[in-house]
Amino acid sequence: MTEVFLFRGAQLEGGEAADLVIADGVIVEAGTGLSRAGATEIDVDGLVALPGLVDLHTHLREPGYEASETILTGSRAAAAGGYTTVFAMPNTSPVADTAGVVEQELALGEAAGFVTVQPIGAVTVGQKGERLAEIGAMADSRARVRVFSDDGFCVWDPLIMRRALEYVKAFDGVIAQHAQDPRLTEGAQMNEGIVSAELGLTGWPAVAEESIIARDVLLAEHVGSRLHVCHLSTAGSVEIIRWAKRRGVDVTAEVTPHHLLLTDELARGYDARYKVNPPLRREEDVLAVREGLADGTIDIVATDHAPHPAEAKACEWQAAANGMVGLESALRVVQQAMVDTGLLVWADVARVMSRTPARIGRLRGHGTPLSEGHAASVTFYDPRPVRTFSSDDLRGRSVNSPYLGRELPGEVRWTLNRGVPTVVDGALLETPGVRA
Amino acid sequence: MRHLLDTKTLGREEALRILDVAEDMADTQRREIKKLPTLRGKTVVNLFFEDSTRTRISFEAAAKRLSADVINFSAKGSSVSKGESLQDTAQTLQAMGADAVVIRHGASGAPRTLATSGWITAGVVNAGDGTHEHPTQALLDAFTMRKRTFGDDSRGRDLAGLRVTIVGDILHSRVARSNVWLLDTLGADVTLVAPPTLVPQDVSAWPVRVLYDLDEAIADGCDALMMLRIQLERMNAAYFPTEREYSRRWGLDATRLAALGTGSMVMHPGPMNRGLEISADAADSPRSTVLEQVTNGVSVRMAVLYLLLAGATDEREDAR
Repeated sequence: MTEVFLFRGAQLEGGEAADLVIADGVIVEAGTGLSRAGATEIDVDGLVALPGLVDLHTHLREPGYEASETILTGSRAAAAGGYTTVFAMPNTSPVADTAGVVEQELALGEAAGFVTVQPIGAVTVGQKGERLAEIGAMADSRARVRVFSDDGFCVWDPLIMRRALEYVKAFDGVIAQHAQDPRLTEGAQMNEGIVSAELGLTGWPAVAEESIIARDVLLAEHVGSRLHVCHLSTAGSVEIIRWAKRRGVDVTAEVTPHHLLLTDELARGYDARYKVNPPLRREEDVLAVREGLADGTIDIVATDHAPHPAEAKACEWQAAANGMVGLESALRVVQQAMVDTGLLVWADVARVMSRTPARIGRLRGHGTPLSEGHAASVTFYDPRPVRTFSSDDLRGRSVNSPYLGRELPGEVRWTLNRGVPTVVDGALLETPGVRA
Repeated sequence: MRHLLDTKTLGREEALRILDVAEDMADTQRREIKKLPTLRGKTVVNLFFEDSTRTRISFEAAAKRLSADVINFSAKGSSVSKGESLQDTAQTLQAMGADAVVIRHGASGAPRTLATSGWITAGVVNAGDGTHEHPTQALLDAFTMRKRTFGDDSRGRDLAGLRVTIVGDILHSRVARSNVWLLDTLGADVTLVAPPTLVPQDVSAWPVRVLYDLDEAIADGCDALMMLRIQLERMNAAYFPTEREYSRRWGLDATRLAALGTGSMVMHPGPMNRGLEISADAADSPRSTVLEQVTNGVSVRMAVLYLLLAGATDEREDAR
């Protein structure tokens, strides 16, 4: 029999204080003044209770790049950040473009036990953009894949993109597009603008993202399909999504925590920790994506957690890899950029970091309300402390975080994955459910 | 001076001090015995990740005339081409006891990474990094302009009011960037002339005027006309249609040379594409400063190495 918990005094999504009784992986009772014989009582007065966070965009690197991250280490990083579900991008080696690879990832995630690892399948074979991968086989596999993406590469060929959008309708799938015109971004190193001109780094123009998004929303409208836009980063992209939604296009969009907080000014020291794709943009873009997230144009926050070994960042900017780790810092960054600025309340955070990503990924039983009968995937978060983010906060295999040395609010106090604690009193457990 | 990484962050006083020390160095170079004992026992490493014979031998001459030991390190492979990483190369030089590292690298920012990484304690001189900066080139250009304008009365002067026009591939030019910042610091008025494809997309923060028409720039008058080397591979990337069209619109030919005021100087950082961006007439005319630039390059680099390696003790001495 698993341990029974009674959490006392949590603010459900930041609102009313309530008690939660959790047993056998389920919230068995929610209310005030509850008691339960034999339960472990935990005082969570003042903590915000959020449905376990769901990340629609994570790179776990396994199979193939285990020097950067594994499904186990990435799962641990996720739990430390308050996540209970992560969607794993397919740019592994081999690429997750067959049922075999996605089932292996699913099994490794289950064995790790910290979070649900839901594989994303590649759209095209080897992510080469030439012919469709066996999307149906991945959908029918034990991994039940519903999200398909060539992330890292854009599905650039408009005909392949059209076919992919059409094809996934057969099982209510979605194409998650990495919007980047490859010709307009050859050799690109950072956002094209004032800073790139000064630093002499090849520019990654906003139009290379916006033109693909514009094309894709029109394609999605034409064939009546579902489109998801990954890591949207520019003010113009927000405008295009806003326009498309007004027209009734079935499109959703995500923004990363780093695009909500950081700007291209950080490239000035050529510190490759700030090198990421799409690149950090201007202050105007940061304000626009915040506004887009606040008004619902942008549906979700996804981390684009991208671990890299130290040597891939300790080098000249041009030689460095793109990407930042983000699972451990995401909720704290969202608090700083969106909640502390008054743009979102905690109920909105529950929506953009849990409920809606689960819905886009068609993952039932995730991102569900904190009420009786639902899965006990819960994050108890204390928004009050403000601390310097340090390498102690990082729980994955890589340390390429842009936030090291930066003040961030908040602390994940407890994470429960279907009733099994993974974070207890702010400390990540070595083994899920096994407390020292 | 700890490092010389760019001209963007080089202050006016510091720039003038380098130019004035370069004047002293130039004086010594007119003597029969050109060698000074100043940097005896110091080791200067020329770390070149890109081929550049001109810049390397200029730094080598500068270091040798100050009696420093010089090690030339041609690192063919960078981490970009899967050779040794910048970190390992730097730590090797540190272990060998380099006092100054003169670095030429194809990646913008590599000198800053080297200087700020903690891999070495040596002073770092940027000898050209990607499409970012080439500060000693800008300093020798400024020295040359000052010398042509003021002759023996150059010391202590800036370039206030001097009209400088830079022509060519601004987008990919580290020479242009270093010149823009330094010339602005020294009070000159800078005009850039280029095909619109070869100007960075947003230069609104640059203290310059941008024109697309070379004839207009010449008609407006300029005291120094600096022609940049055009690289032919740009043509394949659709920056301009043909060599001939580029030459016709943005090359300095005999007609444009004639239209230039008699007091104007013609500059080129070299190596020149004769007949492309600059005609032989222009390159060989008395207005051309091309060879003076080479000569002054040694003096300026002597000054930089001196201030980096020996100048620490008299840092507070007023610039003359």
